[in-house]
Formats: sequence, structure tokens, C-alpha cells
Amino acid sequence: MNARYEYLLRLGDDALILGQQLGLWTGHGPVLEEDIALTNIGLDQIGQARAWLTMAGRAEEQGRDEDALAFHRTPAEFRNAQLCERPNGHFGDTIVRQFLFDAYAVQLHAALAHSKDADIAAIARKSAKESAYHLRHSSAWMVRLGDGTPESNDKVQASLNVLLPFAGDLFHADAVTDTATSEGWGVNPASLRPAWEATLAETLEAAQLQRPAPAPEQTGGRQGRHTEKLSYLLAEMQVLPRTYPDAKW
Amino acid sequence: MRSADDWLKLLHEVPDPEIPVLNVVEMGIVRTVESNDASVEVKITPTYMGCPAMDAIADDIRAQLSPLASQEGRSLSVELVYAPAWTTDWLSDSAKAKLEAYGIAPPGKTTDKRALNGEAPTVRCPKCKSEATELISLFGSTACKAHYRCNDCAEPFDHFKCI
Ligand SMILES: [Zn+2]
Repeated sequence: MNARYEYLLRLGDDALILGQQLGLWTGHGPVLEEDIALTNIGLDQIGQARAWLTMAGRAEEQGRDEDALAFHRTPAEFRNAQLCERPNGHFGDTIVRQFLFDAYAVQLHAALAHSKDADIAAIARKSAKESAYHLRHSSAWMVRLGDGTPESNDKVQASLNVLLPFAGDLFHADAVTDTATSEGWGVNPASLRPAWEATLAETLEAAQLQRPAPAPEQTGGRQGRHTEKLSYLLAEMQVLPRTYPDAKW
Repeated sequence: MRSADDWLKLLHEVPDPEIPVLNVVEMGIVRTVESNDASVEVKITPTYMGCPAMDAIADDIRAQLSPLASQEGRSLSVELVYAPAWTTDWLSDSAKAKLEAYGIAPPGKTTDKRALNGEAPTVRCPKCKSEATELISLFGSTACKAHYRCNDCAEPFDHFKCI
């Protein structure tokens, strides 16, 4: 197993799938400012995905570039956390998904900034500025919606209850992350959890939201086990380059 | 034969495609220019990872330099680098003044204590210079800007995000 390739795919696929989903908000935001915000965040995620997938392609040494990896893999070959493929749903669903991810990304990028691999550290340092900015946005909306009207509170509480168990993948350590950690170029995802829990607790309190009772966590995304949703998402994202493989635009 | 400095000077004539009052050197996008007898190498860095203008910027740089490089029999390369991460601290005072004159409130310093504490910075209206302004959205018309409104002259305006 090529641990470096697998690890970089996970980083790239999280960003790619989330970025693709945020792009679907184009023209559908609840207000113009949020339409712009969600798509700007999506743009940052796609930018990060491009950098990670380019590195993944180099690590694989099979000559695949970012486009080959994004457009010519099947769902079972994707390594994103299942959280990232949860449907956009309503605005509150998207905000909760984004908040859970941003709070993780801030810790991830801070830790990877100390990677022994200079390229990984460089992209992490760059991405850290963006993830911190994204978290400002998503946590502010958690508070606005949670501490808003009874209806908005009910809705985001329900979103949180459904989405929280899907955060399991983000912190799940396995042989790939063990290698990444022992060789010093990646991080143990479980080590990111305490700081993530602290961000969660602080924001939920300010938002008048309750942390759902512990439930079995959903994992498997890192091994290519995905929900049905990912197939539809990829079908739409990949249709053009798969139909016209050498198309340039 | 042109020196590395000569090549860098030529890049002062390449405007940023989204903020044309600044050139790509003032923006801090051009990091280094190195040249020897055989080649000219330009390293550029993105303002944001997903900045959609990077390809256009690399093309503009090639269009500006490649005819002259080939006249001198040198190859030209434009390479994207990520470290050190781009920061608005690289914008000079004169670049910030140009931004304000163009209608974009320039960024403050990232070392501003308020920024470190996550507090709102003071953003001055580029039109009437009032500091009574409010944030409308953390995200604006491009990846590098946030959206503000002036409470005195009522103009909406862009603020260059401080990162
Ligand atoms: Zn004003």
C-alpha cells in the first residue's frame, strides 16, 4: 500500500467533494451574500483539492494528474469522509456540515503545517488561513441560526443530530495514518479531536444548541465505502470529461 | 542580455486581472525572478488556493516576457509555489493607497492585535473616508475581498481581506 498516496487522496477528496457541493449553491443561496459566500468557500476548497490531488498523483507515480484523479475514479476509489458527501439539504444543513468540517480543517491544517514534508507543510500553512476564515463564517451562522428563532433553532438542531455521527471518518486512525504519523509527514486524526470538541462545545453553547447524545459513528469513507449520494454527485461532476475525455475548455 | 532585475521591471507592466490598478509584482504574486544564460524563471504564488485568476496571470506573464526571452535565446518558465504563504502584509503602502483610490478599502496589518483576537478591524470607507462602516458579508466579489457598507455615505464597497 502506498500510504502517502492514500493520505493525500483523503485530503484532496474531502476538499473536492465539499467544494463541488458548495458550488451547487450558485444561484440558490438564501440571500445574495450567502450565495457568494458559499461559492467562495467552495472555490477555496477546490483550490486546496487541486494542490492535494496534484501531490497525490505524484506520490502514486502512475502519471495521473489532478484531473485524472478527480474525473476518472469511481465512487469506491474516493477517500473523502462521508460527512463531505452529505446532501446540501437546506441552508442550515449546509452550515452545520461546513461548521463540523471547518472546525476540523483548522486543527488539521495547523498540525500539518509542522509536517516534515515541505510541500505538505506549505499547502497546509496556506490552507490554514482559509480554513480559519471559513470557520469564522460557519460558526457565526451556527450562532445566528441556533440563537435565532424557535424554528431556526429546531432546524439546525435537527441538522446537527443527523450530521454529527458522520464526523467519525474525520478522526478515524488506521494503518495509513499510522504510517503518516510515524514518518512525521502526516497527523494522527484522533489527536485532532479534543480541540475540535472544544470548538464544538463553545459554539454550541453560544448557539443555544444541544450536543446530541453519543451515537454510533459512521466511518468507512477513508476505505471507499460511501453513501448512495456520492455516486450521483460524481456522475454530475464527471460527466463532461468522461464523455469527451480529451476535451479542452 | 537582460538581468533578473530587468525582467522583474517588465513584470511591473502586467496588471492583476481582477484589480488592474495593481500590477502582479505589487500584489506580491511574483515572488522571484531568476535568470541565467539559458533561461528565465519566474515563481508566482496564489493569493488564495482557488484563485481562478492564476492561470490568466501565468499566461499574461508569459505573453509579456516570452518574445523578449526568445530574442535572447532563453527559455521561460513560470512556476507556481505555495511557500511562503501569500499575505496582505506584502502589499506596500503605495499599493494600499492605489487600492483605496480605486474604491477598495485596503487591508490592515495581520499583526493588528484585534485581528489576532478575532475582533472586527476598523475599515475606512474608500469614498468618504468615514470609519463608521459595517461588515455586510465576510465574502465579496472575489476570493480576496469582503463586503462592507458605509453608514455615513451609504455606499457599499469591497474590503481587501486581511490574511
Ligand atoms: Zn462613506
